[in-house]
Amino acid sequence: MTAAITITAVDKHYPRVRALDGIDLTIEQGEFFGLLGPNGAGKSTLINIIAGLTRASRGQVAVLGHDVVSDYRAARRLIGIVPQELVFDPFFTVREVLQIQAGYFGLGRAIDPWIDEVLEALKLSDKANSNMRSLSGGMKRRVLIAQALVHQPQVVVLDEPTAGVDVELRRLLWEFVSGLHRRGHTIVLTTHYLEEAERLCDRIAILNHGRLIALDSKQALLQRELGNTLRLLVMTRSAVDSLPPSLAALIRRHDGDCLELELPRTLDAIITALDALRTAGVVISDLQTRHADLEDVFMALTQQDGGV
Amino acid sequence: MNPRGFATLFYKEMLRFYKVALQTLLAPVITSLLYLLVFSQVLDEHVQAFPGVSYTAFLVPGLVMMTVIQNAFANSSSSLIQSKVTGNIVFMLLAPLSHLEVYLAFVLAAVVRGMLVGCGVYLVAMLFITVPLHSVTVLLLFAFLGSAMLATLRLLVGMWAEKFDQLAGFQNFVIVPLTFLSGVFYSLHSLPPFWQRLSHLNPFFYMIDGFRYGFFGQSDVSVGLSLGVVTLSWLLLSAWVIRLLASGYKLRN
Repeated sequence: MTAAITITAVDKHYPRVRALDGIDLTIEQGEFFGLLGPNGAGKSTLINIIAGLTRASRGQVAVLGHDVVSDYRAARRLIGIVPQELVFDPFFTVREVLQIQAGYFGLGRAIDPWIDEVLEALKLSDKANSNMRSLSGGMKRRVLIAQALVHQPQVVVLDEPTAGVDVELRRLLWEFVSGLHRRGHTIVLTTHYLEEAERLCDRIAILNHGRLIALDSKQALLQRELGNTLRLLVMTRSAVDSLPPSLAALIRRHDGDCLELELPRTLDAIITALDALRTAGVVISDLQTRHADLEDVFMALTQQDGGV
Repeated sequence: MNPRGFATLFYKEMLRFYKVALQTLLAPVITSLLYLLVFSQVLDEHVQAFPGVSYTAFLVPGLVMMTVIQNAFANSSSSLIQSKVTGNIVFMLLAPLSHLEVYLAFVLAAVVRGMLVGCGVYLVAMLFITVPLHSVTVLLLFAFLGSAMLATLRLLVGMWAEKFDQLAGFQNFVIVPLTFLSGVFYSLHSLPPFWQRLSHLNPFFYMIDGFRYGFFGQSDVSVGLSLGVVTLSWLLLSAWVIRLLASGYKLRN
């Protein structure tokens, strides 16, 4: 089966910045794929190259087998992009914006029932005839998603769709995007909310400094990097000033009366750590253990790669 | 080919200026009418540009053409730079539209706006003075070529400019002087020899002179020369702009 997106040896150089450096990545059809990385890692540059908004300095990108430069018409018909910036055309109503966008893709009035369906799903039906200027930020964000879907693309790329939106809208968008995925669309999501990626994505790539530093399934990534460790959160009665050297190497966070230790996932390791704390005179008021999450993996990988 | 995509972009560009018709259609007509009233009152009895043609009648074609080209110029770049500055140009760039389709949609919408405003100025002027019509074909040909050339030029400036200030600078320091020194308000023969020679280097002069020929059947230079200069200028400029659009110059970066 042809891959949804194939990225081969893509570089992007600006005069003073190497934004992308030799990216090779294949996203299969039907995947819910997460593209993560700190600010400036190259995520948006990569998405812009996939969308045809930026030309790569080297390498090729294909959408369902269609090159985004030489066969751009077919490639663009197969992909819908939700841009990161909250952009809109102030001259038009929501319905006009969607009809115009559908027209750009060669679709006529026959697409109107689909437009109504998307408006309904995104809870925008009552705003269909409102001017874009009169919408709130959250509504404009939903219109951006509707615009990306108006030509019924097989591949949907969402560049930080939940940035700056409230919890209610974020959940609405999660449900909507999950619904698209269940109906067979390939979804590519970039987000700063690692909880969001952990909850939604099957496979994750992490970019840092323009390079791909990790690419694996979510489970494998968690298992591979920090799978044999756990986090021990220790709350103490009073602030802890100094700790024995045997514990210092295990500390991941030390914030006054709260300590976070990274330990091997064994009971012995936990008991040894607690004994060491008691010996050092630390009075423990509460304890929690948790397994490593995507945020831990992300931090570990980006720090191994020379920081953010 | 994506004919519906092209038609949609063309329609969207027309809808954009129609939605602010007071500013884009009515205001230029009123401005030109004020020019006509003031200049005809002051100069009608003192200046005769062509034999047997009153100064007010002489002025009408120049004002119509000036309005046509200025509005064609205003349309394509203001649309492009607004889209660039606000970021909504992304919707057009994400669509399966070729650079040629984008070029034609922007230019033809600007031509329509220029022609509509030009018709408005002409019809209002006819309330005050009768101007002969020598050749409607020549009129329409020069109106189309002039507005298409200015729309193409504006597309170029719209691609290049990154802020409204640069756009206004080009309009005020290039377009306005070239328009006012193109013979809108005077015949070339009334100028000293040096300025006559200099005017021959101004392509806007050929647009106005050829357009005026369509009304009076007389012009400062031959209508064939004007047609050749305007057509060649438009084709060269178009080739350049289409090439830049194809390369993604300042749009796909």
